[in-house]
Amino acid sequence: MIPASPFQGQTIAALATVTVIIGAVVTILEIERFASRRHGFADVPLSAVTLEIRAGEVVTVSGPSGCGKTLLLRAIADLDPSTGTAALDGQHRDQYSGPEWRRRVGFVATESAWWSACVGDHFMTPPPGDDLSALGFSADVLARKVADLSTGERQRLALLRSLGNRPRIILLDEPTASLDHETTLRLEALVREYVASHNCSVLWVCHDLRQRQRIADRAFEVRGGVLHPVDKSEPQWVLSH
Amino acid sequence: MGVVPLSYVDLLLAATLVLLLAGLSVALSLGITRDLLIAALRTGVQLLLVGLVLKVLFAHASAFWISLMALVMVAVATREVYARQRNPLAGGWGIGLSAAPLFLSTFTLAVFALLIIINPDPWYLPQYAIPLLGMLLGNAMTAVALGLDRLTSSAVERRNQIEARLALGHPWQQAMSGLQRDSARVALVPVINAMAAAGVVSLPGMMTGQILAGTPPMEAVKYQILIMFLIAAATGIAALLAISGAARRLFDERQRLRLDRLREPN
Repeated sequence: MIPASPFQGQTIAALATVTVIIGAVVTILEIERFASRRHGFADVPLSAVTLEIRAGEVVTVSGPSGCGKTLLLRAIADLDPSTGTAALDGQHRDQYSGPEWRRRVGFVATESAWWSACVGDHFMTPPPGDDLSALGFSADVLARKVADLSTGERQRLALLRSLGNRPRIILLDEPTASLDHETTLRLEALVREYVASHNCSVLWVCHDLRQRQRIADRAFEVRGGVLHPVDKSEPQWVLSH
Repeated sequence: MGVVPLSYVDLLLAATLVLLLAGLSVALSLGITRDLLIAALRTGVQLLLVGLVLKVLFAHASAFWISLMALVMVAVATREVYARQRNPLAGGWGIGLSAAPLFLSTFTLAVFALLIIINPDPWYLPQYAIPLLGMLLGNAMTAVALGLDRLTSSAVERRNQIEARLALGHPWQQAMSGLQRDSARVALVPVINAMAAAGVVSLPGMMTGQILAGTPPMEAVKYQILIMFLIAAATGIAALLAISGAARRLFDERQRLRLDRLREPN
């Protein structure tokens, strides 16, 4: 249940901290009857979603193009208007300013965008060397021109750029769409390591069912405009679509 | 020396030059012939009409009629600003964010110049007030239209960049800082160029008019310098107010980029 008042939110956040200490399951993101309103109330492809994502979890969402996966991520990231409620670490979204919320809810779009010529200009603090090397970069990549990077390189750097905020949940919109298999595996490993070391979580839109099998703790599929859980014990876990 | 009077035949002769340009535009398929002809027709009709209005206004220097004339000028300038943008802000905001900066900057500076610097008697003497306001409004209108058009078009074109910054938790001011700077530069370049080139490349229109009417050159020059400084200030203030207001309006209370607040391009 999402708290209705700021006071309740703080109480739940405090309780959440206690439960981390005693090792219980901690909810990072909780959305309730949540839907994008980017296009107003007409033509909403995905009906309202209620979902809890817990610490340490990687949750995937699959579904055909245009079914509303990206709109859902954008709405959770508070880049588009939405209806319903959203809470992070037990605190209602209204308790955060827009920028504060987006620093904690890191959204990485399918196509990364860059606003300055030099890669380094896009990082508030340089990413750790280990993270750079995990994705196949050396430290001098920060001095390179964005225009000289391949799409795949930009995509990997966009992930690192987002991790610089130490988000509590990372929303990944097909982050490996333009990567080769080896780099895809490296990126998956980096995300896994980040989730484990920061006790955070990931909501990952992916089309590749093998990837889903590798990374997902829980999986959902959009069918008929509704988000359905996929049971790991069912053959559908691997074979659907 | 008085003014050499012009007949309507003289004006028709000048109009044939515009027609020649229109013919050239057709031959080269520039696609601006219609706009050119309409603009030329509007110049003739509007100026002749305003000539009649000024004739009446000058004969009866009433504060009421001058204020009414000034408000009509602001309304028309606002409409022009709105019409010159490809993706203006929709509804009342689009109109308000053009009208308010134009009104505030040009009226304030015109009153300042009339009361403090020129000081005619009465201070709202239409021979001074109306041309002064007209020049300030004309230039401010162009600057605001250029600045707002650049701002809103860039926001549409660079949406992904803006949203990438928002997604990283940048506040809207930071996400828009480059666009606001670009828009302000685009708005102010014409007036900066005009000041830089004044007297060297071209003789400004007002000064030329005064000299043609027999004013001693040094008096005409002093008025021209005054007017150019006032124009620079009025355009700068109007454009910066309009750009910062419109930039804020592109974001909602959660600092989300709201391009749905722009009117669909025609």
